[in-house]
Amino acid sequence: MRARVLVRPKQGILDPQGQAVERALPALGFQGVRNVHVGRLIELDVDDPARLPEMCEQLLANPLIEDYEIVDDVTARSNGVAS
Amino acid sequence: MLWHAERDLHGVDAVIIPGGFSYGDYLRAGAIARFAPVMEEVAEFARAGGLVLGICNGFQVLCEARLLPGALLPNTSLKFVCRQVELEVVDAQTPFTRECEPGRRLSIPVKHTTGRYYAPEPVRVLLRYAPGQNPNGSQDDIAGVCNEQGNVFGLMPHPEHAVEALSGSVDGLRIFESMRAHVDQHVLA
Repeated sequence: MRARVLVRPKQGILDPQGQAVERALPALGFQGVRNVHVGRLIELDVDDPARLPEMCEQLLANPLIEDYEIVDDVTARSNGVAS
Repeated sequence: MLWHAERDLHGVDAVIIPGGFSYGDYLRAGAIARFAPVMEEVAEFARAGGLVLGICNGFQVLCEARLLPGALLPNTSLKFVCRQVELEVVDAQTPFTRECEPGRRLSIPVKHTTGRYYAPEPVRVLLRYAPGQNPNGSQDDIAGVCNEQGNVFGLMPHPEHAVEALSGSVDGLRIFESMRAHVDQHVLA
C-alpha cells in the first residue's frame, strides 16, 4: 500500500516556521491568510499498513510535539483527492 | 571513542554524546541517531545508574531516546545562534554540577538552530540561561535538564568549548570536573 504520513506541530506549541510563512504571504500580496503551520510529509510503500501507527510513534513523528495523520493513498485517490 | 555501530561500551566510567549534526538532522534532530546500536548499551548503562552526558545534538538524541524528558524545537528566531551565553546553576546536587554552587554563573557558548526546550511535565532543571540570555526561546529559560535519578544530563550549550583560556572561558571545566569527582568517589573507590 502506498501511504502518506502527515506530521504536524502540536496545537499550542509555538510554530515559528508557520509564522514566518504567514508573514511572508502578505508581502507577496496574499491577504486574508491566518493560522499557518508547517509540518512534513512522508510517503512510503508498505507491505503491512497495520504497522504504520507504530512507525509513526517510534520514528516518523515525535508524539510529544507532533501529531500525525496516516493517509491511504489509494483510498484517497479513489475518493478524488489529488495525489 | 565509542563507535556508534558497536554494541560495546568497553567499561567506560561515563558516556558523553557529543554535539554535531548526526544524520544531517534529517526528519528531526537526533531522531535517527537514537537508534544507533550503541544506544541500546547506553540506555542499559543509564538504567544501571551510569553517568550519561548529552551535549547539543547529544541532548537531542537523549530526548528522542526518552532517556530525558521533553524535546528540542527550532529556535524561536529560526536562526542558527552562535554566541557566548551566561548560564546559572540551578541544582548543584548532581554528579554534573557538584563542583558548582547554586546561582553560580557559567560563561559557555551555544551553537544551534534547534535548541528550544519544551516539556509539558515537570523536569529537573540543572542549568538556566541567565536573565536576558535565552538564545532560543526555551520554556523557563531552561538550558540543561537531568532525569529523575540525576545520572543522565543534557544541555544545549557546549561546555567542551569552554575549557581553554584561549576561547574566552574555562567555565565548562566545572562540569567535567564534577563528573570526574563523582566517578573518583563512587566508581573507582
